[in-house]
Parts: sequence; structure tokens; C-alpha cells
Amino acid sequence: MELDALLLSRLQFAFTVSFHIVLPAFTIGLASYLAVLEALWLWRGDEVYLQLFKYWLKIFALSFGMGVVSGVVLSYQFGTNWGPFADATGPVLGPLMGYEVLSAFFLEAGFLGVMLFGMDRVGRSLHFTATLMVAVGTLFSAFWILSANSWMHTPAGHAIVDGQFVPEDWWAIIFNPSFPYRLVHMVLAAYLTTAFVVGAVGAWHLLGRRSSPAVRVMFSMAMWMAALVAPLQILAGDLHGLNTLEYQPAKVAAMEGHWETRREAPLVLFAVPDMDAEKNHYELAIPGLASLILTHDRQGELQGLKAWPKDERPNATLIFWSFRLMVAIGLLMAALGLAGLWLRRGDALYQRRWFLRAAVWLGPSGFVAVLAGWITTEVGRQPWLVYGLLRTRDGVSPVDTPVVAASLLGFVVVYTLVFGAGFYYLIRLMRRAPEIGEQGPAIGEMSRAAGVSPLAALARGEQSR
Amino acid sequence: MTFDLALVWGGLIAFAVLMYVVMDGFDLGIGILFPVLREEGDRDVMVNTVAPVWDGNETWLVLGGGGLMAVFPLAYSVVLTALYAPLIVMLLALVFRGVAFEFRFKDPAHKRWWDLAFCGGSVAATFCQGIVLGAYLQGIRMAGRNYAGGWFDWLTPFSLFTGAALLAGYALLGAAWLVMKTDGPLQARLFGLLTPLGATVLAAIGIVSVWTPLLNEAIAERWFSWPNIALLSPVPLLVAATAFALYRAIARRAEVQPFLLSLLLFVLAYAGLGISLFPHAIPPDVTLWEAAAPDASLAFLLVGALVLLPVILAYTGYSYWVFRGKVRPGDHYH
Ligand code: HDD
Ligand code: HEM
Ligand code: HEM
Repeated sequence: MELDALLLSRLQFAFTVSFHIVLPAFTIGLASYLAVLEALWLWRGDEVYLQLFKYWLKIFALSFGMGVVSGVVLSYQFGTNWGPFADATGPVLGPLMGYEVLSAFFLEAGFLGVMLFGMDRVGRSLHFTATLMVAVGTLFSAFWILSANSWMHTPAGHAIVDGQFVPEDWWAIIFNPSFPYRLVHMVLAAYLTTAFVVGAVGAWHLLGRRSSPAVRVMFSMAMWMAALVAPLQILAGDLHGLNTLEYQPAKVAAMEGHWETRREAPLVLFAVPDMDAEKNHYELAIPGLASLILTHDRQGELQGLKAWPKDERPNATLIFWSFRLMVAIGLLMAALGLAGLWLRRGDALYQRRWFLRAAVWLGPSGFVAVLAGWITTEVGRQPWLVYGLLRTRDGVSPVDTPVVAASLLGFVVVYTLVFGAGFYYLIRLMRRAPEIGEQGPAIGEMSRAAGVSPLAALARGEQSR
Repeated sequence: MTFDLALVWGGLIAFAVLMYVVMDGFDLGIGILFPVLREEGDRDVMVNTVAPVWDGNETWLVLGGGGLMAVFPLAYSVVLTALYAPLIVMLLALVFRGVAFEFRFKDPAHKRWWDLAFCGGSVAATFCQGIVLGAYLQGIRMAGRNYAGGWFDWLTPFSLFTGAALLAGYALLGAAWLVMKTDGPLQARLFGLLTPLGATVLAAIGIVSVWTPLLNEAIAERWFSWPNIALLSPVPLLVAATAFALYRAIARRAEVQPFLLSLLLFVLAYAGLGISLFPHAIPPDVTLWEAAAPDASLAFLLVGALVLLPVILAYTGYSYWVFRGKVRPGDHYH
């Protein structure tokens, strides 16, 4: 492939959006988790929940800040790199993103200050309202941006006038055919991502013999989420796939590694799809199973990639694997959740070291699955920007190649540096176990010595066993 | 419908951009002042005055940009492509500035570095915004619905000047904000900065007012033809009166007025730019109506904007109210 402005713009968008999405995936889940913790504290009056709230609030503050700065970049990139696309789709996508700003971003930002620093300045119920508003804001944000994204996959409710997409039916645009599935799948993904991070932190402290009521509570809550949400996610993913089969069958053919249109299509477990040779290498498959899963009938017919001209096929080599990676992680997550349920019967949940180790290892798996899922979705949409209607190459801005190369390099350098440091600080915060009398995020930590006060250290010593 | 949706939206986008300029203006101004206020405790206080509100301030930038895509997609597409380089640098600079808020307290060992990121990010973002403004005023070359100029069209003496002018402007806003939010020796030093900054800003406004009509005949026509010259003369007169009041307020050591008057100075300068540009969405040729999205888009988003903007202003005001009052060394808001 030629390294032109088009390819570089695609790489730049993929790079910046990938950095962005892992942060919302975490903060959407964490904001809801914080709201739950604060509600439990207010309701039951147990200090453990407050301790956990303050512990995770600091982590939230850091990730949220990084989510915001990486998001602002995206909202300008549609104009800088995808000008003709923005001009053509602005009348449809613009208002959706406009509503995202008005209903979500302002809500989050407006109450974030109170949530982070206002605990002692406003009453308890007002503070809880602020936390709730931030959590609701993140969900509103997911609603609108996923609606916009889904419309690009399954456009509906518009007319095309002089090359511009013109809205006709807003209801049909917002609730376009793939949107409900994508919204459910992504919000569950965010909750799972957070649950596995929280679970890994809990497990890590349990393994390090820093057990305390707070550590056990967070670990238990996370394992409940894993047990309940991971199976739901598999179900949601299955339904999502059926919807994709209906509207974007070429994407499904690429995900499954199918070249020929046939009945009794096999489920390919392992293969290296070759786009030029139009076949799979090293294939290992179970006959008939793909037809059974996707059409709920062993005899069902599935289209293969050869049903489309070469320049309308998405890259199967890539999304065959990204899809399998996501599914494998989903199955592992559900397995861990179920194992946790089993262990609860003998109160062995906090003791089995193999289980705790597995939970630590699966800590980052949500991020990997989210990225793998998005790569499947977005690469599977190619070569279209708006599926079937606007080609990616027709949407790119007339920017010179060296200019895009320079900006891409700038993003790579700056993001590596800044977000590298950010992730390091996050890990550092998580390596510390929550303490009795845990403090919230302080913006002026200068007046307190860096070390822990003797009293807190004592209290912590007493607690661990 | 007789209701002119494109015009209403032109006003709303202009309002969002103005909100961004004045609100993030004082945040960025704080970063710009870092080189002259080197004391670590002072810097902590300065950053703390905006830590709870900067995210909301920056959101107006997203509304300005995102809203533009919705209502004037042609302008969004062409202007952002034309200003590619300064915009990308601005975005990268805002990344540094934004994370430094958190990082400088998380990592005392590298606080100097994150201070540098905060200051450098603020300066670069401001300078680029000024360049963007200047380049936009100069006008943008188009062919059909696409940008047709070169990659360095934005780089001219005029745009470099507006970049530098904005640095002075934001520094003034930042200093005036800090005078209001601090006390003691820090406040005294800031008072000392207000007069030179105010004088610089006034000079910059004067120079831009003379330079812009020279760049563009339509703008000269707008200001200097009869009867416009009479109708518009209050604008420069108000600027002069505001500047005088600002000077007096500084001399009296008033704590709040310098900030309000600096804001007013920004609003007046902004109104002047609006008068020069109206009714263009992409100067020099494309009007608001030519760049507008279909009415169905404008009306749909307008409903939300009219309902939600007052609510947004209300809870933004509430958040400022919660964190009202002076910030002192050792405060950490909890
Ligand atoms: C509302 C719009 C929208 C949303 C919510 C997303 N994308 Fe997207 N994506 C685009 C709009 C878009 C785009 C502007 O349309 C791109 C740029 C080039 C292209 O073909 O589509 C794109 C391309 C694109 C590519 C490159 C595909 C290729 O060129 O082969 C990747 C890997 C992703 N995106 C990944 C993501 C991720 C990780 C997202 C999670 C947030 C995401 N996208 C959400
Ligand atoms: C590619 C398209 C996307 C664009 C243009 C975009 C744009 C933005 C912008 C501008 C911000 C910063 C808002 C602020 O200033 O407060 C932001 C933050 C955020 N975005 Fe995105 N976003 C995209 C994808 C997504 C997706 C797919 C989701 C969710 C499923 C999402 C969820 C969020 C959330 C929750 C925030 C709040 C900050 C945070 O949690 O870290 N975004 N986004
Ligand atoms: C094992 C069960 C799973 C199945 C069957 C499944 C199925 C799918 C399918 C078919 C798509 C593509 C939809 C399209 O492109 O139109 C998808 C996308 C995606 N998946 Fe999964 N998935 C599973 C597990 C997971 C898990 C565990 C996560 C994350 C924790 C996840 C996160 C995502 C994300 C973020 C996307 C992209 C957004 C979207 O299109 O919904 N998935 N999934």
C-alpha cells in the first residue's frame, strides 16, 4: 500500500481514537461504580464504602483528565483530516455530536469539580447528585457518539442532495438499525473493563497479604460483576453479530474467514486469511457450526467474501483475528466469573491463589477486548466511511502527505510520552492499598508530607491479617 | 419559516467561541504567567484557582468545533483543513496543558517538568489560537467546496502578530483572575503585572484595528463608509472608556473590577471582529447562509441548545459559586 495522505490520515485517526477509547471504556464504568459506592455509603453508613469511593475517585480523576484531552483531539480531526466527509455528513452527524456536547460533556465537566473537590463544601446529598450527574453524563456521551458511529455503519433516515446527506427522520437516524446492539455491547464492555481492573487491584492486594475489609469488598463486587455481566455480554455480542450479518454481511464473512458462499458453512477456529490468494492458509474448522450459530440452522447459507468485488472487501487477515481475540477474552471473563461464584460457597473466594492470580492477569483484558472489538467493527466497515454510500478515499481532506506525516509523528511522540506517564501514575495509585481515613483527590498535596501519617500506618497494620 | 435559522446559529456559535475565549483564556493565562511567577507555592495556588473549573471551560471549545460541524459543515470542513498545522499544534499543546493539572501534583519529583508542560502547553495553545484567528480574518482560498490554498497560507506577519497579541490578552485575563482569587504578596505581584499587560493589550487592539482594514477592502468599507462610521464609532469609544476604567481600577487596587473590565475589553474587541466579518462564515466570500446545513439540522439542534444552554449556564454558575472565594497556600479543597 502506498503511504499517501489517505493512509496516513487513517492511521492517525486509528491511533488517536484507540488511545481515546480505552479511557472512556474505563471511566464510564468507574463513574457508575463510584455512584454505587457513594450510594451504599449514604444508605448503609459503612465507612468502607467511603474509603473505596475516595480511593477510586483519585484514579478516576486522572483517567478522566486523560479521556478529555484525547477526546478534544478527535472532535477536531473530522475537519482537519476528513473535511469532505464532514461537509457531506455534517447535517446528520453534527447534530448528534452537538447533542453529545450539550447533554453529556457539559454535564460531566460541570459537576466534575464538585465531585472531585467538593465533598466538604456542599452537603452529602448535593455531592451525591454531582457524582450521579457525572455518571449519567458518561452514559449520555456513549449514547450519542455510538448513535453517530452506528449511523455510519447502518445509515438510515436521510436523503442525499447534491452529495450531502440531509436528515429526513431524526428518530430513524438516531435509532438506526445497529445502534441498540452497539450501545448495549459497548456499555457492557465498559462495565466489564472496569470490573476487571477493580478485581485485579483487589486480587493483587489479597495476594500481597494486604487484605482489609475494603480490599475484600472491592474484590467481591468486581467478581459479582464478572459473573453477571460477562455472560450477558456474550449474549449481546451474539445478537450484535446477527444484526451485522443482516446489514453488513461482507464484514461477517471477513470475521469468519469465509471465501465461498455456501450452506453448512464451517466455523473456522484457526487460519491465516490471504486477501490476494482469496483463501485461508493453515485452516482448522468445525463443519457446519458457523451456519448453526449465525442462521440457527446447520443448512443455512452464508455469503463468502468472493460474493463482493475485490475493492469492496474488508481486510479479513486482520479482523478474523481481532474478532477471535475479543471472543476468547469474553469466554475467559465469563469463566472467571463462574469460577468465582463456585468459590464463594466455601468462602474460598479470597484465598485460592490460582484464582487471585487469574484475576490479576485478566485485569487489562477489558482494554484489549475493547480495542479488538473496535478494530473488528471499523476495519470491517472499509472501504466505506458511510456504509455503501461514501467511500473512505472520497472523504479525506486535500492535505499534503508530508503535513499529515508530521502530525502523525507528533501524535505518536506526544501520546507515548504523556499517556505513558499517565498510565504509570495510574499503576502507582493502584499499587497502594486503600487505607482507613483514605483522602480524596487533593489538588494541593503540598501541605501534607508525602509519607503516610503514623496513625494511618498503625491503623493499616492492625487491619491486615 | 421566516425565522432565520442560519443567522441564529451564527450568533450561537459566536457565543460559544466567545465563552471559550474568555473562560479558557484565564486558564491559559495562568500558564502564560508561569515564567514570571516561579515560586512553587505560588504556582500551586495559581493552578488550584482553576483546577475545579478548567474542564468546563474547555468544553466550550468542543461546542464551538462540534457545533460548527452540525450547523456550518462547509465552514468546519474548509476552515479546519486550511488551518491544519496550527490547529494540530494547538490540540497537542492542550493535551500537555490538560494533563499537567493532575500530573504536577502526582509526581513531586518531576514537578518542574510538568510545570514546563503546563506553561509550554498554555503558551503554544494560545499562540496557535491567535494564529488561527489571524489566518481566518485574512481569508481562505477555495475551489468548489474544498480548500484550495497552500499549507503555509496561514503563516503571515499578520497571523504571527495576532498570535502574540492573544498571548498578551490571555495573560491579562489570567492575571486579573488571579488578583481576584488570591491575596497577600502573590496578589501584590500580580497587581504590578496588570498595568503593563493592559497597556500591551490596548496597543495590540489598536494595531489589529488598523491592520485588518488594510488587508481587506470589504472590511475597510464596512468601517469607514458613511453612515457606518458614525454608527460604529461607539465601539472604539467604548474600548477607550473601558481601558480608562481598567487603569483606574488597578490604581485603586480594586480586586474584582480589573477582571470584569478585562472581560469587557475582550467582548468589545470580539464584537469589533464580528462587525468586520459579518455575514461571512468563511471569509472572504462564503456567507453564513451558503455554508449552513439544511434547516432540518439547524432546527433539530436549536431545540436542544435553547433548552440546555440555560441549564448549562446555571450549573456552571453553581460550580463557580461552590468554589468561590480566595485560594490560599495549603488549601486543597476537601
Ligand atoms: C462517530 C464516529 C466514529 C466513532 C464513534 C468511532 N470511529 Fe473509528 N473511524 C471513524 C469514525 C468513528 C472515521 C472518521 O469514519 C474513520 C476514519 C477513517 C475511516 O475510514 O473511518 C474511522 C476509522 C477507524 C479505524 C481505522 C480503520 C481503517 O482505516 O482501516 C480504526 C481502527 C477505528 N476507527 C477505531 C475506532 C475505535 C477504537 C473507536 C472507539 C471509539 C471508533 N473507531 C469509534
Ligand atoms: C470517534 C469518535 C469520538 C469523538 C469525536 C469523541 C469526542 C470526545 C470529546 C471531544 C471528549 C472530551 C469532552 C470534554 O471536553 O469533556 C470526549 C470524552 C469522552 N468520550 Fe469520546 N469521542 C469519540 C468516541 C467515543 C466513544 C465511542 C465513546 C463511548 C462509548 C466515548 C465516550 C466518551 C466519554 C465517556 C468521555 C468523557 C471523558 C472520559 O470519560 O474520559 N467517546 N470524547
Ligand atoms: C464472547 C462474546 C462476544 C461476542 C460474540 C462479541 C461479538 C461482537 C461482534 C459481532 C462485534 C462487531 C459488530 C459489528 O461490527 O457490527 C463486536 C464488537 C465489539 N465488541 Fe464484542 N463480542 C464478545 C465479547 C466482547 C467483550 C468481552 C468485549 C469487551 C469487554 C467486547 C467489546 C466489543 C467492542 C467495544 C466492540 C466494538 C463496538 C461495537 O460494534 O459494538 N466484546 N462484538
